[in-house]
Amino acid sequence: MEKPLTGNFRADKEAVSLAEYERAGGYQGLRAALLMAPADVTELVKRSNLRGRGGAGFPTGMKWSFVPMGEDAPHPKYLVANADEMEPGTFKDRALMERDPHQLIEGMIVSAYAIDADIGYIFLRGEYERSYERLARAIAEAEARNYLGHNILGSGYSLILHLHMSAGRYICGEETALLNALEGKRAHPRTKPPFPQVSGLWGKPTIVQNVETLCNVHHIVNKGPEWFHGLSKTEDGGTKIYGVSGKVKRPGLWELPMGTPMREILEDHAGGMREGLRFRGVLPGGASTDFLVEEHLDTPMDYGNVQKAGSRLGTGTMVVLDDQTCPVGMVWNLEHFFAQESCGWCTPCWSGLAWTEKILFAMEQGKGSIHDLETLSFQTKFLAPGNTFCAFAPGAVEPLQSALKYFADDFRRHIDEQRCPWRQ
Amino acid sequence: MLSGEERREIEMKLTDYPNKQAMSIESMLIVQRHRGWVSDESLRDLSELLGLSVADLDGVATFYNLIRRKPVGRHVALLCDSVSCWIMGCERVRDQLCSSLGTPLGGTTADGRFTLLPIVCLGACDRAPAMMIDGKLHEDLDEQRIEEVLAQYE
Ligand SMILES: Cc1cc2nc3c(=O)[nH]c(=O)nc-3n(C[C@H](O)[C@H](O)[C@H](O)COP(=O)(O)O)c2cc1C
Ligand code: SF4
Ligand code: FES
Repeated sequence: MEKPLTGNFRADKEAVSLAEYERAGGYQGLRAALLMAPADVTELVKRSNLRGRGGAGFPTGMKWSFVPMGEDAPHPKYLVANADEMEPGTFKDRALMERDPHQLIEGMIVSAYAIDADIGYIFLRGEYERSYERLARAIAEAEARNYLGHNILGSGYSLILHLHMSAGRYICGEETALLNALEGKRAHPRTKPPFPQVSGLWGKPTIVQNVETLCNVHHIVNKGPEWFHGLSKTEDGGTKIYGVSGKVKRPGLWELPMGTPMREILEDHAGGMREGLRFRGVLPGGASTDFLVEEHLDTPMDYGNVQKAGSRLGTGTMVVLDDQTCPVGMVWNLEHFFAQESCGWCTPCWSGLAWTEKILFAMEQGKGSIHDLETLSFQTKFLAPGNTFCAFAPGAVEPLQSALKYFADDFRRHIDEQRCPWRQ
Repeated sequence: MLSGEERREIEMKLTDYPNKQAMSIESMLIVQRHRGWVSDESLRDLSELLGLSVADLDGVATFYNLIRRKPVGRHVALLCDSVSCWIMGCERVRDQLCSSLGTPLGGTTADGRFTLLPIVCLGACDRAPAMMIDGKLHEDLDEQRIEEVLAQYE
């Protein structure tokens, strides 16, 4: 099985060096791209059916085609790698950056070339200090080899790449909030339209793309869209880095064909549940995705099928709930996160999530009332898509709404018994 | 007053951006790396250097949780309290840390050795529970591991 994204990872978890990267075919995708017209690179990415790996799954090539091109296009244009990875349960971008930093850099250069960007930023979450060191070194190496900088490999194309260290807050991962953070402001999201592709950083055309998405781009250029389709089990092209955490035997990350069934990931790769525990449910793609349960275990993990099952592929990193962990407690933990991380811009979100958290906390403390269930269900509707300024709040209530459906008895027991049945 | 080194680091990083406002966050992080936190005095110095008002800088500082406006201990321990770590028992780890160090979450030990803070998912969910001390990740924490880890920090 081919693993373009992780195949070069070293067993000792050190970063792949520039020499090792080049020996494995590194920067060949860049050389190939520079011989093509930028629009042809975008066309290849479109045909590959690469979709965003940051959570929303938007088709990457299509996004690029909205960027103004040609002589009249405003400059500088920007490409930003969204390396803010803060979705609880998600740990894939850190691995990609720490273990193969040149792969992200090459993916960025090729992507920047396709939209004729002048400047790139890697927007890195503040805690990822090891990623910072390794990326900083790799950028310097790439500059020294003229993969970056002025007149790259004699092509006439120039790109400067900067590393930006962020300072916390989950909302910075939302792409328009990220732009405000990069501009040195409080990270509240922006109104769309205008979309960043047309008016982003400092009002200039800007593409924001997840780390894993970018890591695919030069492979597509190098080996072609058909090869990319061939990696996948479904119509969404490529491989996917799946992850599993929770009480399974072997938590971890695996690069597998897009569309690998959930059961195969949980059982064959993660080794199934730990001794004496039973599977109760899973957040398939991080904290802001709806729970799925036993009946969904055969769902192929791709965008369309996970959606059909009633959730989202999200980041593809799963969090498993076992039968000895309290589902109400887990949802309280999630809503505690969301209430804390709300950026405070719009009232339904900051107020509704604080309220939601308080109710769930009271339930866990044995102080729940039967009316609370109505209030919780009302909050999920109040914070549904379209009712808040950005997609944060709808994501925040996804695990809650599905927990109310699948774990209704557990909520009831907390109220009837006036205690958490899982706490002694 | 900003030290020569702080000033140099900030001025070098300024060239990454088209204006000085974009440096507001990273300039505070630079000061913090040298001093542990960002004082009112540092804010005034940065305000002068970057040509931004103190109020604007403080508005930014108070938005971002990794910018600290209060002094901290010699070491800063960030304990993940997000979902995977919660499932794997981070509440027990927290209780043990607090009793071992004799400070509640959010506090600093009397001898100034540690400040203990909660943090969201550290991207180490497969090795939960996790915590970060001075930028270094410590994973698979349990009662015994915690004591071993703490002993590494003077
Ligand atoms: C609250 C919130 C947080 C987000 N956090 C991230 C993140 O940490 N990393 C990321 O790549 N995308 C994140 N996204 C998605 C981005 O807004 C954006 O869709 C994505 O970076 C686009 O890249 P992609 O198409 O390559 O996935 C977040 C979205 C929301 C609403
Ligand atoms: S939905 Fe929440 S995170 Fe998004 S703008 Fe409103 S308050 Fe901020
Ligand atoms: S939830 Fe603790 S590291 Fe991810």
